[in-house]
Amino acid sequence: MGIYSVYIINKAGGLIYQFDNNIPKTEVEKTFSYPLEMTLKIYDDKVVVAFGQRDGIKVGHRVLSVNGINATGRCLEDGRDIMEMLSQEANYPVAIKFGRPRLSTNEKIMLAGMFHSLYAIACQLSPMPQSSGIQGIETDTFKLTCSQTLTGIKFVIITDPKQTGHDLLLKKLYEIYADYALKNPFYSIEMPIRCELFDTNLQQAVEMAERLGLTAS
Amino acid sequence: MTVYNLYIFDREGTCLYYHEWNRRNQSGICKTEEYKLMYGMLFSIKSFCSRMSPIDQKDGFMNLRTNKFKLHFYETPSGLKFVLNTDLSVGNIRDTLHQIYSSIYLEYVMKNPLCVQGDVIESELFQTKLDDFVRGLPIFATKLS
Repeated sequence: MGIYSVYIINKAGGLIYQFDNNIPKTEVEKTFSYPLEMTLKIYDDKVVVAFGQRDGIKVGHRVLSVNGINATGRCLEDGRDIMEMLSQEANYPVAIKFGRPRLSTNEKIMLAGMFHSLYAIACQLSPMPQSSGIQGIETDTFKLTCSQTLTGIKFVIITDPKQTGHDLLLKKLYEIYADYALKNPFYSIEMPIRCELFDTNLQQAVEMAERLGLTAS
Repeated sequence: MTVYNLYIFDREGTCLYYHEWNRRNQSGICKTEEYKLMYGMLFSIKSFCSRMSPIDQKDGFMNLRTNKFKLHFYETPSGLKFVLNTDLSVGNIRDTLHQIYSSIYLEYVMKNPLCVQGDVIESELFQTKLDDFVRGLPIFATKLS
């Protein structure tokens, strides 16, 4: 149960607001002996698991730290290359912490743009006339709900599949946007929203929707 | 409830089979272009979902809806993709899509030595079996119009 995050996309496909509510952390630490029982690879300048799921470590998880030293990109904080270090038998046993990679701001902007185009393509591929764009995507782990206003702003919420009350929350978000972003004289339209009142009200609305959704089901 | 159309893609993105039942709107581009656009959309949505997911996924992307239709998606481990468009009142039909794969595609395409893998399906037997199956589904309620 829960609301994971909120995205607001302007009519050009740019991300103008993003808020992460509560994203569950998946982190597993395990001590390994030589040779490593899994295949690692470098992907997007991160060391990720390519093959060999075990003990809660899944394919796609990245290396977060080795022996308690945090990883930055493909190197550790002390400058050693992770792949190189793990290939040497002398360094074993090692304790490696794995976790699901979190989205960086750049990735979020990219995903928002991607959703913007998918929204338009879905509308073109519709077997029925006068279709809107994507209103919802369901996967086994989350549900995405989107509403586009007449002015072309998209409000997207990512929630747990069991969460209810999406439409109410989307409506509330639009209201908050109209009240606290658009009426703010320092806010220029189509630009990222940096208004304190907007932040606090949006967070309250999300928390409220999360609780109401809990009681509704 | 109605079924609009069905696409079957292989893992390279070739559209192996397409059939439409109650489609009212054409996309305005030629069919081959449409298949490519559809495959591109699915591929992007899959990658979008796997990155957007806050926790580790198992099945991944399952369905998508707009205000007019619902797109159901099923992918086998071998990369075959089944896409069925229906109206909004249809619930989860993962089992149905799996049945299309297991009792029709496997039986009449994979077990047919004349069907070359990766080629468009031209087997008439497959086409009639599939048509019968879809028409027999409870979600395929033909409207008298």
